[in-house]
Amino acid sequence: MDMSKDLVAASATPLVLAILADGDSYGYAIIKRVAELSGGHLQWTDGMLYPVLHRLERQGHVAAKWSASENGRRRKYYRITREGRAQLAAQRQQWQVVDGTLRGIWMKACAV
Amino acid sequence: MTIFADQPLEEQIAQWRAYVCRRPAFNRPDVEELEGHLRDQLVALTQAGLAGDEAFLVAVKRMGSLDALSREFARVHSERLWKQLVIAPDADESAKPSYSETLVVLGLAVAAALAIKMPALFGLRLSPDEELPPFYARNASLFVFPLLTIYLMWKRGAEVASGLWLALPFAVGAVFANVFPFRTGSDTQVLTALHLPIALWLAVGFAYVRGRWFADGGRMDFVRFSGELVIYYVLIALGGGIVTGFTMMMFKAIDMNAAWFVAGWLIPCGAMGAVIIGSWLVEAKQSVIENMAPVLTRLFTPLFTVLLLVFLATMAWTGNPINVKREVLIGFDLLLVLVVGLVLYAASARDPQAPPDFFDGLQLLLVVSALVVDGVALAAIAARISEFGFTPNRVAALGENLILLANLAWSAWLYARFLRHRGSFVDLERWQIAYLPVYAVWAALVVVMFPPVFGYR
Repeated sequence: MDMSKDLVAASATPLVLAILADGDSYGYAIIKRVAELSGGHLQWTDGMLYPVLHRLERQGHVAAKWSASENGRRRKYYRITREGRAQLAAQRQQWQVVDGTLRGIWMKACAV
Repeated sequence: MTIFADQPLEEQIAQWRAYVCRRPAFNRPDVEELEGHLRDQLVALTQAGLAGDEAFLVAVKRMGSLDALSREFARVHSERLWKQLVIAPDADESAKPSYSETLVVLGLAVAAALAIKMPALFGLRLSPDEELPPFYARNASLFVFPLLTIYLMWKRGAEVASGLWLALPFAVGAVFANVFPFRTGSDTQVLTALHLPIALWLAVGFAYVRGRWFADGGRMDFVRFSGELVIYYVLIALGGGIVTGFTMMMFKAIDMNAAWFVAGWLIPCGAMGAVIIGSWLVEAKQSVIENMAPVLTRLFTPLFTVLLLVFLATMAWTGNPINVKREVLIGFDLLLVLVVGLVLYAASARDPQAPPDFFDGLQLLLVVSALVVDGVALAAIAARISEFGFTPNRVAALGENLILLANLAWSAWLYARFLRHRGSFVDLERWQIAYLPVYAVWAALVVVMFPPVFGYR
């Protein structure tokens, strides 16, 4: 299934925040996790995750730290901040509204 | 670090990294982060059974278009596209560590600032209450150009032996600036003060190009350097003016007069140090931002062309002759200097291989109209020069006018050939470049010959 670009872009922020809420992570692992969770339906262009992460970092929703990884390479790990959690909660409500509305419409469509 | 045993793969990664590094939107940590991603991806792909080069293709493809990525990065970090106006310490790894460069530059700038204060130890005081001793005007360039030369030679890693050769012109300059018994308020003394920097700038140029004087591009790079330095210097001077204004204003508020400090220290020391600092900025920036001089050239070439044409048309329409006052020749000299500068900097920024375009036609029009204006002025002056007599100022101005006129006349010819596809733009560039020493040689002549010839008046 091809997702529309706008939808992918809009969902990127809550997805990244939600994954980081489960624990600190880094770019490559986040992308793998998204692919896993979506059953491979949500495919990002890998590079595009990084501007999203940097924007979130700049907005204070995530914090980043360079530390050594298991392969000895320096790696940039991201952690969700308190503001990030608040942002995630707000986004979650918004998505639930969208989801609920769409469900309502489609249930009715089924009933007809 | 995951180093791949596969040597070609490591090379491909290095190439990719170099390619990404060239884009201004990414800084070093970003590149490292992206490279880490690429390597993680490569590990996963090779473990899944792909060969090295296949894995590389897939990983790079998944990374996405670098254009789009760098656009996104630029959007997030828009300041990066601006930040380069500040010196980035990692601008060039191959260059000497910028920390030591900062120290050298600051040291030389302080040395230049102190150098201008040395004569004060011998009773030549810089003070707002006394007239400026002419010693300073004659020797101004000698306080800072040798230090600038040292910086450039250090930067280019030149040997000390060649430095000793370059000390020679400065020594000769110092002798001729100071041995002549100038009378007070003499014209030849002013001429020395004006011409010595021009002559010595050639020596700075030798240090700048370091052995590339006759090689392609060396002198043109020096022309670019000079133009940018002037612009940076003016900017620094503007800032300095603001500092001066605040110094005076604030100390006046507590009933103290800071004039002695401003005139004796702030302005002279700042003016000297700024030459070194400005050169350093130009050196650090040369590859990073668009050069300003060509931009200004593009802006002002049409304006000056229009000005000259309107002037000629007005003169033809009204029949008003040029009113030959004493200093009119100098005014027209400055006009020619400006036009030569416009031609030179237009050439410095132009791709010599590109075919003629509208702007080249405009340049030719500018040069031709400047030639006509100057020709009219010269004719008016020549008719009356014997009447005024041959003062040193007038001979110097006339000589400069002829030198610039010769340059522009041949430039016009070369431009015309180029526009008619009979010659290449390279000819014009070569001509401008080859002509550079002429200015310095003439300036040196004025410094060395004029005072004795005109009896130091």
